[in-house]
Amino acid sequence: MSLLLSIKNLHAEVQGKEILKGLNLEVNPGEVHAIMGPNGSGKSTLGHVLAGRDGYEPTKGKVKFLGEDLFEMSTEERARNGLFLAFQYPVEIPGVSNMEFLKASVDAVRDARGLPVLDSVAFLKLAREACKAVNLDQNFLKRGVNEGFSGGEKKRNELMQMMLLEPTLAILDETDSGLDIDALQVIASGVNGMRSSERSFILVTHYQRLLDYIEPDFVHVLARGRIVKSGDKNLALELEARGYGWLESAA
Amino acid sequence: MSDFIQQALQLNPQGQPWLAELKRLGASRWAESTLPTRKTEAWKYTRLRPLETGNYLAHPRPVRTGDPIAEHYQIAGLNSLQLGFVAGQYQAALSTSQWPEGLTLVRFSEATAEQAKLIASHIDSLTERGKHLFAALNACWLEEGVFLHLAVHAEIAQPIQLVWLTTRQDAGFSTAQRLLVLAEPGAQATLVEHFASDTAEQNSFTNGISEIVLQAGARLTYYRLNLEEEHALHIGGAHFGLAEGAVLNAFCLAMGSSLKRLDLVVHHLGESAHCDLNGVYLARRDQHVDIHSCIEHAVPRCTTEEIFRGIVGDSAQAVFNGRIHIHAQAQKTSARLSNKNLLTSADAEVDTKPELEIYANDVQCAHGATVAQLDEQLLYYFLSRGISRREAEVMLSFGFINELLACLAHPAIGDYLRPLLASHFADDPQLARHIA
Repeated sequence: MSLLLSIKNLHAEVQGKEILKGLNLEVNPGEVHAIMGPNGSGKSTLGHVLAGRDGYEPTKGKVKFLGEDLFEMSTEERARNGLFLAFQYPVEIPGVSNMEFLKASVDAVRDARGLPVLDSVAFLKLAREACKAVNLDQNFLKRGVNEGFSGGEKKRNELMQMMLLEPTLAILDETDSGLDIDALQVIASGVNGMRSSERSFILVTHYQRLLDYIEPDFVHVLARGRIVKSGDKNLALELEARGYGWLESAA
Repeated sequence: MSDFIQQALQLNPQGQPWLAELKRLGASRWAESTLPTRKTEAWKYTRLRPLETGNYLAHPRPVRTGDPIAEHYQIAGLNSLQLGFVAGQYQAALSTSQWPEGLTLVRFSEATAEQAKLIASHIDSLTERGKHLFAALNACWLEEGVFLHLAVHAEIAQPIQLVWLTTRQDAGFSTAQRLLVLAEPGAQATLVEHFASDTAEQNSFTNGISEIVLQAGARLTYYRLNLEEEHALHIGGAHFGLAEGAVLNAFCLAMGSSLKRLDLVVHHLGESAHCDLNGVYLARRDQHVDIHSCIEHAVPRCTTEEIFRGIVGDSAQAVFNGRIHIHAQAQKTSARLSNKNLLTSADAEVDTKPELEIYANDVQCAHGATVAQLDEQLLYYFLSRGISRREAEVMLSFGFINELLACLAHPAIGDYLRPLLASHFADDPQLARHIA
């Protein structure tokens, strides 16, 4: 089986400042990778560089996604090819209903995969099921995208999008931050329910807590723009006990 | 006297004898006027050239009724009482014949002596004689009009829809439309003034003036929809007078055209009156749209909430002037105005001017105006979900005004407008398929 994602010596800058400084990472289909690290180490930057945010410029290195050069794809092409980024801070879009947004998104992705467009009845059924799975009231489908949602509701809405889009690679950018235990469990069961031999996850997180509920295959420590240590789930426990200081000085 | 002023005066139809004085006054005010120039503050950003240079100074030809034009004004689900005109001419085929008790809807030409007396005593009471140039021209051209009378405490549940249609004719023409609403104390109703046209390239100039008198405690929900095809010229406005405790909930939609100018004027004349005045204007290609709103707080304890949003694309131009004038005696006034504009092209222009003039010392007022482009951060969110940039732009632009459509008291009107407006943003209907 070929690699799903291969990142080699990735350098990237934001507003002229280099944030990623030679990052290497390989993800095989079906794997769950946790990326941990202190504030400012480049965790969120990695997510946005992979998703293709304007102003997050790769300057060196190679990223292959499904064997293709990721940086040759536009932001929307990456999404259509199965890359999904759950935002740390999902934006509010007043005037565009969640339902319209979800349908536009799912139509675009299905269309790119050569699947027929779902009619609105079939889609509504799917969307309602997804709502239920993330424990959001169906009224959230009618409201503006994330408009007036609480922090936890926004995160669950991100998860609902992920369920409907069925990505090949899902990057969850601090999806656990600011959540209470109940919400955390909802997120975890959503992710666990989607784990499969073809789908991979990158969980970007500050805390070991999420990993109590989603068991990663690998844990990496990102510090000063590169991965300084990799291990299994026990590394997360060690970080919880010792902090990041001992690794940062090594970087 | 300029040629245009002179020629327009000659277009003086036979009106009702009992309105001869109004017509004479209008004609003399018009004759004494000069056409505004760049130096005329109220017309600084709007040129009358399309009106002056086009051939519009002629009467319309008689309109054959029964044309298949219902599609241009029927609002599904509104279940409205209707009164329809085409090129200023009454159309029985477009009109309801029975009116509920408490509501009188009569054309000036059919008014009884008693109704004529009521009309004559209220007409031109709110247009601030001499101040609105084209209201003077409207009076001068006055041939026919509509009088809507709501009896004391009449509650008319069914919306009343006035349809002012134009269709293309062999030669250019002008029409003056006039509406007078008199809502007696405690009356309640919903009124839709619907300006529309067929889809052919229009060759008309419409001067539409509405005066709406709300007596004590009367409540009116008012929609003014200016949805004409983009070659139709329209200069007009709505002038409201609110007596004590009256409540006005108004929404105005204006699509750009070769020349479109609307004056929306609210006079708070009695204490504790309230007005919500919201609106949307959209201009693209080389269209022009100009909204001048003016809220006169002449008495204490009245409130105003005003929100206008505009989207301007291509090389179009929009003008918004939002004046709130708080007179010295209007203590305890609360007035808020917000105007937000979205420019979707580098060549688009908006000239916005909120204008607060306050002479009382115990009032709460706020105003704000913004001009912005589509937010890149929001666009990124769409793109990251696989949605194309073009569709994202359409959805995001539409969302900017959809917030106001979502608040309409009559959802049927929002449902009617949504697909019409969505098509405004997307020449390719596929791009609008998720919003309409």
